[in-house]
Amino acid sequence: MENQIIETQSINLTKEDFSSDQMVKWCPGCGDHAILHAVENVFPNLGIRKEDFVVVSGIGCSSRFPYYMNTYGFHSIHGRAAALSTGVKVANPKLSVWMITGDGDCTAIGGNHFIHTVRRNVDINILLFNNKIYGLTKGQFSPTTPKGTKTKTSPQGSFERPFNPGELVIGAQGNFFARTLDTNPKHMTAIFIEAEKHRGTSVVEVLQNCVIFSNKAHELITSRETKEENQLMIEHGKPLIYGANRDKGIILKGTKLETVKIGENGITEEDILVHDSHEIDPGVHVMLSRMMPPEFPVALGVIRAVDFETYNDEMDTTIKHEKEISKIKNVDDLLNSGGTWTIE
Amino acid sequence: MTIKKSKIVGLEQVVVRFAGDSGDGMQLTGSLFSDSTAFAGNDFATFPDYPAEIRAPQGTVAGVSGFQIHFGRKTVYTSGDLADVLIAMNPASLRANRKWIKEGAIIIVDYDTFTDKGIEKAGYTTDPCLDGSLDGFNLIKAPISTLTKDALVSLNLDNKSVLKSKNMFSLGIVMYMFNREIDLVSKYFETKFKANPLVVEANKMVLAAGFNYADTLEVLGSTFKVEAAPLEKGKYRNITGNVATAWGLMAASERSGRELFLGSYPITPATEILQELAKHKDLSVKAFQAEDEIAGIVSAIGASFTGSLAITTTSGPGLSLKGEAIGLAVMTELPLVIVDVQRGGPSTGLPTKSEQSDLLQALFGRNGDAPVIVIAAQSSVDCFYSAFEAAKMSLEHMTPAILLTDGSLANGSEVFKIPRVSDLPKINPPIVQANDPNYKPYRRDPEKLNRFWAIPGTDGLRHRIGGLEKEDGSGNVSHDPMNHQRMTLLREEKVMRVANYLPDQIIYGDENADLLVVSWGGTYGVMRTVVEKMQKQGKSVSLAHFRYIMPLPKNTEALLSKFKKIVVCELNNGQFVKYLRMSFPQYKCEQYNKIQGLPFMVAELEEKFNALLKH
Ligand SMILES: Cc1ncc(C[n+]2csc(CCOP(=O)(O)OP(=O)(O)O)c2C)c(N)n1
Ligand code: SF4
Ligand SMILES: [Mg+2]
Repeated sequence: MENQIIETQSINLTKEDFSSDQMVKWCPGCGDHAILHAVENVFPNLGIRKEDFVVVSGIGCSSRFPYYMNTYGFHSIHGRAAALSTGVKVANPKLSVWMITGDGDCTAIGGNHFIHTVRRNVDINILLFNNKIYGLTKGQFSPTTPKGTKTKTSPQGSFERPFNPGELVIGAQGNFFARTLDTNPKHMTAIFIEAEKHRGTSVVEVLQNCVIFSNKAHELITSRETKEENQLMIEHGKPLIYGANRDKGIILKGTKLETVKIGENGITEEDILVHDSHEIDPGVHVMLSRMMPPEFPVALGVIRAVDFETYNDEMDTTIKHEKEISKIKNVDDLLNSGGTWTIE
Repeated sequence: MTIKKSKIVGLEQVVVRFAGDSGDGMQLTGSLFSDSTAFAGNDFATFPDYPAEIRAPQGTVAGVSGFQIHFGRKTVYTSGDLADVLIAMNPASLRANRKWIKEGAIIIVDYDTFTDKGIEKAGYTTDPCLDGSLDGFNLIKAPISTLTKDALVSLNLDNKSVLKSKNMFSLGIVMYMFNREIDLVSKYFETKFKANPLVVEANKMVLAAGFNYADTLEVLGSTFKVEAAPLEKGKYRNITGNVATAWGLMAASERSGRELFLGSYPITPATEILQELAKHKDLSVKAFQAEDEIAGIVSAIGASFTGSLAITTTSGPGLSLKGEAIGLAVMTELPLVIVDVQRGGPSTGLPTKSEQSDLLQALFGRNGDAPVIVIAAQSSVDCFYSAFEAAKMSLEHMTPAILLTDGSLANGSEVFKIPRVSDLPKINPPIVQANDPNYKPYRRDPEKLNRFWAIPGTDGLRHRIGGLEKEDGSGNVSHDPMNHQRMTLLREEKVMRVANYLPDQIIYGDENADLLVVSWGGTYGVMRTVVEKMQKQGKSVSLAHFRYIMPLPKNTEALLSKFKKIVVCELNNGQFVKYLRMSFPQYKCEQYNKIQGLPFMVAELEEKFNALLKH
């Protein structure tokens, strides 16, 4: 795989190069602040010129993001960021395109653009801020809101079955899906770098807390007391072990995943499933994305990272080839091609 | 081949209509006859009349496919309304086209297909060739199927292949009628069917058989000749409106130095533009077939932000879907060309029929005060120039432009004098140089009021834009009441100032005529035909045909003020007339509307205008 990171040595940037002069208007305590800081920390370290970043968003609290980054940026319309990012990337594949979107923006109104962008494998990075609620419109349920949740538009508790973004991405033949947490800056940073390194559509679901409308939606995996037992940090090539005492693990039994305790029933570390994010078959990746408490811990990290041709590369290759073989070199040639006649 | 002719009648202009079952190859027949018409030096325009269904039952009226050509020794403005000659390959095609032929027209039918079954399938109860219903026409009952078979006995082909070439028999007849050379068509067979010498041979033989049959046919009596039109010297080609639109956009890309990006979703009758542009990766065109119309336009907006000449193409229903995004392009003040090939509406409406009913949607169909440039192509060839101009205006004034064409222009074809790209005006988009110390995202050019184009990747110009209201100058998000008012007026004024760069609206005819006929867009051909005809008869009628809709040319008001009687003719329920009444309430505008998915006919307009002149 060709590495996208270029001229690392010659580009000296700091976090300050990317902070914009705009006042950040998210609620105090909103998870978005932490994500912004993580991105500001990542951008200077990618070896990319600061003029070559483009941050694109839709509409939502999360989608205010581009205003706070001193890059080229586009705050578009609700749900359409994926289409806009596609246009940017296809028009100029040299740019590093980052799409910021919310669970509503991405999986409700923008669901169609999202799955098709993933399917085409346009080489962009999508940071999906999943607070499981419509924040900007003040608290209606979204396609990721868990069943039973009471919101302004589900006062009796939502009876819809939610989407799991990972399942959606992999179902749309996505090649990169990762999950991270707004409360873990180090992890976010590492994952965002992985996303940029991967060529193709890299989707990162950031579990983000909305302090106002869905506070503690991710508490089981973020609170000090419960997180060790409910989160599984996964890494390519490493066994799927978790728990405060690192004594729990995931095994594949038949066609299903199962949690086991190391040392019990003769289970040793050897028996634990080793994560292979490069496996083309999406089966285990889907199962890992679906894991949820109380039965399972939530998988955090790069669940799937598989190489595949990108839409923008294919477009450029086809253009290059056509230019080589075609007799038509300019519009004059075109106008004079085929059946013409001359009046003397 | 020598032709012995009894009598050659000279004609000014002729309309020929080929009609048959979808499988009869009428489009090919028509286009081969067009090629020969070009060779004869005539001016011409054509129109295909496809069935709405892809595979309608054979032999039924729903399955009839037609091709009309109008050619002349003078300028031909339209594909003609009623035909002088109809070739009907079966009873259904006779039935479907009966109303589109002139009184006394020549009708040539393949009489072999007028079997009881064929007649019944077409919905006739009796044989129309015998029951007297075609009295007054010059009916030629040619046994085309039989004669085709006879012509091919020596080749030992199966029945299906034999019947496939019977369209060439009818072409042979028509070629003879108009004193055309058949060698040109034979040559075409040689290249087209190179891989299959038997097919080449069969087609040549049938074509010659048709030609010779006509030669010996006594009913024909005379043949016809339309002398060459006095076309300017130069190189010509035949082009449809959709291809012309695609090529005009590519020419604009070349003249502006901006790569062309198209984001589009297939829809009748706009699809061919997407198909044509998708072909031209050799000219660096990036054609993105999106998942829907919204992604089509929004991807184009992304590409525009990134410095491309960005295009989206669609028809009415798609334009509705694009509304919100057009507003985004208005707010972000980015160049973007939206091509709307109009069809009958509302909703799915009449997908294969033409109409001019998206005008008000183009002008006003968005939330907020969201003005855009609107221009309308007036002929198939003009689609090339209008598309070029729409791109030029949009790029230079940094605002979206809607180009309205329609199904008739899109599918119709005309003779196109091939221009040189270097003769087209240069397009100068206001691109900001790297590290320009004065750059602010919403700083404006004092003349045009456009903002400047700072392209991602350029040093020293990082900035953010978006759909939220912008502060004048800085482009920061602003909710300030006075700023919103100022920005709304600036966006409006920017579009209005495009008029400073437009030519004056022309009048065809006298400035003091009793009646001013007003029209716009795709009806140009028929309007000119009618008005010229009436002027020749000494009628006091003039025509103002508009291509620039928003803004209107600056002399529009002065022009209207000269006429006591004005009638606005449109293929919709009165949209341009509403716009004129709104813009110039001081003038009384009458209206004439046709909303049948059909073009205006010369006779109906003439009647209307004569009536108006009497009062
Ligand atoms: C066309 C359109 N429909 C509806 C809205 C209203 N709206 C704005 S943001 C939003 C939902 C935002 O939720 P999400 O994407 O999850 O973002 P968050 O605010 O939670 O970050 C809605 C419904 C809109 N702006 N545009
Ligand atoms: S409403 Fe929720 S998501 Fe929006 S800024 Fe406030 S805390 Fe963040
Ligand atoms: Mg949300």
